[in-house]
Amino acid sequence: MLKEITVTVNGEKHTLEVEPRLLLVHMIRELLNLTGTHIGCDTSSCGACTILMDGKSVKSCTILAVQANGKSLTTIEAVAVNGELSALQEGFKENHGLHCGFCTPGMILRATELLANNPNPTEEEIRWGISGNLCRCTGYNNIVKAIIYAGAKMRGEELPSTEPQFV
Amino acid sequence: MNKCKTSKEIGGMGHSLKRKEDIRFIQGKGHYVDDIKLPGMLYMDIVRSPYAYAKIKKINIEDAMKVPGVVAVVTGRDLEKYNLHWMPTLMSDTQMVLPTDTVMYQAQEVAAVIATSRYAARDGREAVKVDYEKMKPVIDPYKSMDPGAPVLRSDKAGKTDNHIWHWEAGDKAKTEAVFASADVVVKEQMHIPRIHVASIETCGCVADYDKINNHLTMYMTTQAPHAIRTVIALVAGHVGLTEEKIRVISPDIGGGFGGKVPVYPGYVIAIAVSFLVGKPVKWIEDRSENLQADSFARDYHITAEMAGTKEGKILATRFKILADHGYTDASANPSKFPTGMFSIATGSYDYDTSYMECDAVYTNKPPGGVAYRCSFRVTEAVHAIERMTDRFALEIGKDPADLRMENFIKKEDFPWKSPTGWIYDSGDYHKGLLKAMDAVGYWELRKEQAEKRKKGELMGIGLSTFTEIVGAGPSKDFDILGIKMFDSAEIRVHPTGKAIARFGTKSQGQGHETTYAQIIAEELGIPAENIQIEEGDTDTAPYGLGTYASRSTPTAGAAAAMASRKLVAKARKIAAYLLEVSEEDLEWEPGKFWVKGAPEKSKTIQEIVFASYTNHPQGMEAGFEATHYYDPPNLTFPSGAYICVVDIDKETGGIHVRRFVAIDDCGNIINPMIVQGQVHGGLTQGIAPAMYEELIYDEDGNILNGTLMDYLVPTAVESPSWETGHVITPSPHHPIGAKGVGESPTVGAPPAIANAIVDALSPFGITHLDIPITPAKVWKALKDKGAI
Ligand code: FES
Ligand code: FES
Repeated sequence: MLKEITVTVNGEKHTLEVEPRLLLVHMIRELLNLTGTHIGCDTSSCGACTILMDGKSVKSCTILAVQANGKSLTTIEAVAVNGELSALQEGFKENHGLHCGFCTPGMILRATELLANNPNPTEEEIRWGISGNLCRCTGYNNIVKAIIYAGAKMRGEELPSTEPQFV
Repeated sequence: MNKCKTSKEIGGMGHSLKRKEDIRFIQGKGHYVDDIKLPGMLYMDIVRSPYAYAKIKKINIEDAMKVPGVVAVVTGRDLEKYNLHWMPTLMSDTQMVLPTDTVMYQAQEVAAVIATSRYAARDGREAVKVDYEKMKPVIDPYKSMDPGAPVLRSDKAGKTDNHIWHWEAGDKAKTEAVFASADVVVKEQMHIPRIHVASIETCGCVADYDKINNHLTMYMTTQAPHAIRTVIALVAGHVGLTEEKIRVISPDIGGGFGGKVPVYPGYVIAIAVSFLVGKPVKWIEDRSENLQADSFARDYHITAEMAGTKEGKILATRFKILADHGYTDASANPSKFPTGMFSIATGSYDYDTSYMECDAVYTNKPPGGVAYRCSFRVTEAVHAIERMTDRFALEIGKDPADLRMENFIKKEDFPWKSPTGWIYDSGDYHKGLLKAMDAVGYWELRKEQAEKRKKGELMGIGLSTFTEIVGAGPSKDFDILGIKMFDSAEIRVHPTGKAIARFGTKSQGQGHETTYAQIIAEELGIPAENIQIEEGDTDTAPYGLGTYASRSTPTAGAAAAMASRKLVAKARKIAAYLLEVSEEDLEWEPGKFWVKGAPEKSKTIQEIVFASYTNHPQGMEAGFEATHYYDPPNLTFPSGAYICVVDIDKETGGIHVRRFVAIDDCGNIINPMIVQGQVHGGLTQGIAPAMYEELIYDEDGNILNGTLMDYLVPTAVESPSWETGHVITPSPHHPIGAKGVGESPTVGAPPAIANAIVDALSPFGITHLDIPITPAKVWKALKDKGAI
């Protein structure tokens, strides 16, 4: 039994016929071909599939496509506008906040909401804030740095150094 | 830090260039295997065994075939018809692709369901009914050696036990003599448990067989595309899939860490199905399958002993190991070293007597033994030596830093020959440890610790001063399935001076697109941003052995430098021709030649390249291209000095890592930012086995933590804020003096953490705890000693 849903994805309206059990992440990746949203687990543990739903970060593997009916979704593909990177994207690039890049879209979307709720987070708040998103490559130091950088940029403050610091 | 020879615009070695690859990743434009969609593509899902050891009585596929969308169900019997039901492992053992009679570990592949969608394939999987006859599995590797244990590999004619191989290194008689007469002997039994690489992207492939042209394109998550193409040809050559008909493409990879080196049955089944049905087949494993069935890492049971004088001179070490390989020896090791680089277990210390032996056994656990961010068992080796060094210091009441300083190989003693025959290239261990001690404030911390001990508080300081052995490897010693472990680079410079370079390695996040470009920029003076790097396509890249064991910079990086130097030699000829002088009259700096004493008479590399297509000397071959296959003369020996400080809550056993300072020596540095990033990541993958991760099996062979819900991968909260730095002793035999770094922190961190925790608990007579050291383990140890 297919269900008809209407969702706005990255500002574009889509009407789709979906199986009621279809996971939102599969709808995004396979029906809409937006492959920037990744899948890393089957237990809602890794956060690779994080997107924004009505501005809130959600794990799209934990939500059914039908539950997104009438909602507005943002995926990584729409974070940069007209080729302009968001402050977070710039932060990740400038601070070497990624290695393989697989966790990165989820991290960026999670951090987008984090900064929207708390524009000037402490390091500890950032670490707890992204603790639902696993990264196996970076060791998180530079992800934290990237988020601090993006916060400063969004607040219009002087940007912290992006040079690596050595003891 | 090494000084930069090139300007920032050229961006050669030593510049912290921002990564070229990031621009696609941060916008969701990475291209990973699961992103590939081909017309008519089918999806595969795999039926897995619920039991660790069982006879397959019957596989009923009827219900599955009725599921809408299901196209086929494939069993071992189906593959048997084409002789595709067995395959070789990387260690020349054998492995079932799909079993015909007996399952050998829980989550083993039993059948594959092919359908028109992912969901239909999963439905089909649920509908396959397998009738098993359960048997009592062998789980404990020690019991697997018991005379009464069932012989697991009954497929092997004449096999009468579960023993796989015996290996030894060093001098047994000499070691026994030293142990017999030494003042002090310390001994510990340790287990380095089974863990998992758990890269965030799981494994998968799209197999696309084109019947008309008899050609297979295999998109897959592999760290070694060329070697895999050879393996596919070895498995399927007899059905016409010979090597020139196979193209392996390894697109962007979401982390590998060694787990994407082996060939898993899923890949082979996907190829077989695509071959049989003539359509593309996608197989992407899910996380539970990845954790439960893909190759594990470590799993060494070690009896470690150290002999020394009461003043603190290390005299000898003796290691006896039992390696649990599970159902088959599918480990990733060079074939001449069944224990890989465990023979470096003498560490950074100057002594000449050691003996090690290892026996490997089969059990009913998943196969493998990948070198998880480790050059072939060096992690286990470093853990053993660094734990024992601390153990020895504790025994004689000497500070572990002093003990190390007194026993280190001295910088003037390199090249240094180890008791097991390796020639260490260079190092300055004293300088590294001093730097780490300064950075952490070692002696103040020791004072603080003494104060705290008086008050009954638990604080520990742990050291790990390790030597790594990377850059596999010299062809005289290293091969996989007989293929020598060289690596390669091919550089083509186009007429306008922009280049493309292709490599036999394959990045999984290490930043090759940037660092290789920097090496070529350093050598040729062409700006790194004008050099496009490609890897991972066997149709275009030169043959190479892939990326693992920190080998990319030591081998392919060297190949890039050597190929560049061939080009500089050609450029010199062209410059001499253009400037109408002899070659000896020219001076070179990256980017240009000029006439000695007349710097205004010069030609840039771009002008020279253009001339190589338009105005080269008569008789010279046109174009500006070079290829190099680099066979290293020796391995490289990065080292590190790590110090970890922990505070332990006596009531709960809770462990807080307060500081962690890591000083690495990876020789000359190509991109300091990337090297630091590698160290951060590696340290987090070091704290993971030290404190959180272990694959746990019950006595029936059930895995007890086969999902990310209960297999504890560290989050940003568990991961400390790492402090890192360098000393630099260039490798004397490497073209750019680099040594490799990616795995040093994974190897070096666990013993530093274990040493710190044991140091905190040592006043209560605790001398060793096996990793992962959890709060429960600490609490129990304290309780057992009557400390709480
Ligand atoms: S894929 Fe959604 S949390 Fe892991
Ligand atoms: S960058 Fe690889 S998982 Fe985060």
